Amino acid sequence: MIQTPESEKAMSSTQPSSLASVANARQERTHASTATGTGLEARGVHAWFGKNYVLKDINLEFAAGSVTALIGPSGCGKSTFIRTMNRMHEFIPGAAMAGQVLLDGKDVYAPGVDVTKIRLQIGMVFQKPNPFPSMTIGENVLSGLKLAQIKVENKDELLESCLVRAGLWNEVKDRLDAHGGSLSGGQQQRLCIARALAVSPQVLLMDEPCSALDPGSTLRIEETIRELSDSMTIIIVTHNMQQAARVSDYTAFFLSDGGPGEMIEVSRTSEIFSQPKDQRTENYVTGRFG
Amino acid sequence: MSAVAVPTKPWAKRPQERAIGISFFLAAIAFSYFFVAVTEMKGKLAYAFVFFVAYGLFTSTFSFINRGPQAAKDSFVSTVVSLGAVVTVIPIASILFTVIQKGVPGLHFGILSNDMSMATSTDPIANGGVLHAITGTLTLVFLALIMSVPIGILTALYLTEIKGRFAGPIRFLVQAMSGVPSIVAGLFILSAVLYPITKSFSALMGALSLAILMIPTVARTSEEVLLLIPNDLREAGTALGGTQWRTVAMIVLPAARSGLMTAVILGVARIAGETAPILLLTGGGDKVNPNPFDGSVGSLPYYIWKAFNAGSPEAITRAWAGLLVLMILVLILFITARALSTRKISK
Amino acid sequence: MSDTALIPQPREISTEPRRSDKVFRGVVTSGGLSSLVVLGLIALFLAYRGFEVLREEGLGFITNADWSITLDESANVVESNFGLSAMLVGTILCSIVAVVIAVPISVFSALYLNFYAPAWLKRILVAVIDMMAAFPSILFGIWGFLVLMPSVEYWAKLINKYLGWIPLFEVEPYFFTRSPFVAGVVLAIMIIPIITSVSREIFAQAPLDRIQAAFALGATRWAMIKAVVIPHGRSGVVGGAMLGLGRAMGETVAVYTVLNIVFQINWHVLLGAGGNVASLIILKFGEASEYEIKALMAAGLVLFLLTLIVNAIANVIVKSTGKSGR
Repeated sequence: MIQTPESEKAMSSTQPSSLASVANARQERTHASTATGTGLEARGVHAWFGKNYVLKDINLEFAAGSVTALIGPSGCGKSTFIRTMNRMHEFIPGAAMAGQVLLDGKDVYAPGVDVTKIRLQIGMVFQKPNPFPSMTIGENVLSGLKLAQIKVENKDELLESCLVRAGLWNEVKDRLDAHGGSLSGGQQQRLCIARALAVSPQVLLMDEPCSALDPGSTLRIEETIRELSDSMTIIIVTHNMQQAARVSDYTAFFLSDGGPGEMIEVSRTSEIFSQPKDQRTENYVTGRFG
Repeated sequence: MSAVAVPTKPWAKRPQERAIGISFFLAAIAFSYFFVAVTEMKGKLAYAFVFFVAYGLFTSTFSFINRGPQAAKDSFVSTVVSLGAVVTVIPIASILFTVIQKGVPGLHFGILSNDMSMATSTDPIANGGVLHAITGTLTLVFLALIMSVPIGILTALYLTEIKGRFAGPIRFLVQAMSGVPSIVAGLFILSAVLYPITKSFSALMGALSLAILMIPTVARTSEEVLLLIPNDLREAGTALGGTQWRTVAMIVLPAARSGLMTAVILGVARIAGETAPILLLTGGGDKVNPNPFDGSVGSLPYYIWKAFNAGSPEAITRAWAGLLVLMILVLILFITARALSTRKISK
Repeated sequence: MSDTALIPQPREISTEPRRSDKVFRGVVTSGGLSSLVVLGLIALFLAYRGFEVLREEGLGFITNADWSITLDESANVVESNFGLSAMLVGTILCSIVAVVIAVPISVFSALYLNFYAPAWLKRILVAVIDMMAAFPSILFGIWGFLVLMPSVEYWAKLINKYLGWIPLFEVEPYFFTRSPFVAGVVLAIMIIPIITSVSREIFAQAPLDRIQAAFALGATRWAMIKAVVIPHGRSGVVGGAMLGLGRAMGETVAVYTVLNIVFQINWHVLLGAGGNVASLIILKFGEASEYEIKALMAAGLVLFLLTLIVNAIANVIVKSTGKSGR
């Protein structure tokens, strides 16, 4: 169903309605999600780099099995935000934070929490594909198991299922012993997705996973995201609003007015693109800035 | 609106975690003391060994109970790796400590104003001094400096500014040259200059061999410094119509000035205490020799060498005092070089 | 208009440098070639001076252990035997002991500096270790002889007690002072700063995005190092070790100070008898006759070529890792 533009502003630009139609045209979920857990929640998350205040009071809930896109101009703290989710934020010298990140209702920053276990439950795919250069394709996929010393019954089966889910199986099944670097950029990124899947995380964070890729590979990865969303919670940072509209159930808009980044608005993706509540969101999604 | 958020570091160690760490440390000390007392082992090595094994076992067991086998391995490796750092630092600490402890008794008021021409190795410490050695070392270093700095910097300029056909091979040869043993440099000057031409020991002979050792250090450090000069500066120079020569002389070299100073000082630090070629080429006189081109000349390394080999208690004390003077010299050079190079970065 | 006119001929772009630049380039290039000239001259002169001895002794210069010369009253050579094998074996033994001890310690401390130490401590330690690399070798030699040797002798006795059944650690007669092992420990202390700083730089080039990927997969620090840093830095560490080996083989004063030089091949590390080509030169130089000096020149040539080869291999290895890391 295509929403009719109601306000004059929306009529003046065709972009929001077209994005909204993309968002709506996407297949609505027809079956129940198999995602486990009760999802992820950020409660009053702030972040600093030294004296630099970069992220202010983010409150967001990510329901199990949903896909949430984080959009906003560069430097608004989106990437910092998702890096606080799996505690990758703390690797930057001088980093600090406040607030809570709840995974299944438990704070991942609580004292005594084993951070390596958190990162096993909250996987991550980076902006640039980063397969391990010293390992073969097969070893790359299973590297998470090796790193965390997890024992699995049937490695070959897991290897195949991860590569199938990442949409890479048919392209690499005959050369699992080749090195990861021999793949194209898009294939490498899907290899990284397969690697993240192998440790069966509940949540998958994707930090602009397609920004370094060509349109064809981008489409393949978007398909993969849709398929994965049946079984896990996905948070994706993207600069590409079309992509947000195509893959996400919810969209959150981040903005920084020179100070720390803030979350301006979050709602169903179709609504963000058709009837944003905030003027700034509307300006952004209609392409007036950013 | 909630209250103003305060930046926290939830990943930092909490006080009770620190306390646990410290208590393991103390427990390992106590255990090593006890263990060494009970068993047949003895000596410092035994304490250190038992301590590190105990500390590693305590922390990794704790990690194993709390977080599992991977964390246990990680803790154990942390202990091993810190042990590596400790073992690296212990000799430095020991050297600094010994040289100061044993060198200070050898110092006296006249040490910088007397030479050894009127003193023998068994004379009381108050006789004689290192004047000839210091003047000799300064002469050697100065002569080596004026020979090696131009060549070293020209080599660096060739590698960074001209980037000619031979840049690759020359970089390789400079590396190879930095690996030439100092004794070989000494033998070379002996065979190529001293025997066929001058036929006598002199500061110049020593300086020639030191220059061979100094060139690669100066060249490599200068190359690193010149590579840091942004290319737009060079392009700005040539775009203004300057010749390459003028661009290098008026823009590149002045911009790299303090870095080049660092290169020179590091080179000097490398050769100031060099002993082997000095033993072959300078003769090691006990008197101040004002002529750098003829006659045997003393130097700090040679002074130390002589005193150490003389073997009497007074001579050994003199050797330590000489080492202390030499070490202070190297330290001053090194600290100056570091200060200059950090200023370069902060700019 | 014909077809060929549509495709323009590529123009040569050439800049004729001005005369001042020609002079400048000439001067700089000749300066740059100095390393080639110096290395060439070293080989040439040592070979020229040592030629007579090398021709006389032939291959025996490398394979014989005896070093003796007899002169008559008018300083003519009556009989001479010059063989370097004991010194070469000693050189290799001492420097291998040094590398075996220094490499693990250096790698551990490089890992500690890069991945474990807090930033302030790292800054201090890097400065201190770099400073140690600038300490003169005579300092290490005298400190090693007067301060370190008693401890090392004790360690040697322990090794002999528990591992004496291994032929390498046999000591017969029971004499531990001034052994190749002691010299090796002193050399190890001298080359630890070199290997540490090479390894530290190579480890620091380990790709950050791979490090993050490993952590994001739930790796502990050690698991990350094993998966990313060590595969990346392995050959660089080998190169650094070779650089250290080259330095250890050419070391003169420190070895001469602690080592008991004996002209007999000795493979027993802990036994107080050893050799070193560089120390031989210092030992014999003082009272050497003209002919013996020639033999020392030939020995210097052998040492020069040996260290040149080791250093060349080391540099090739270090350089190729540096490239692949980027």
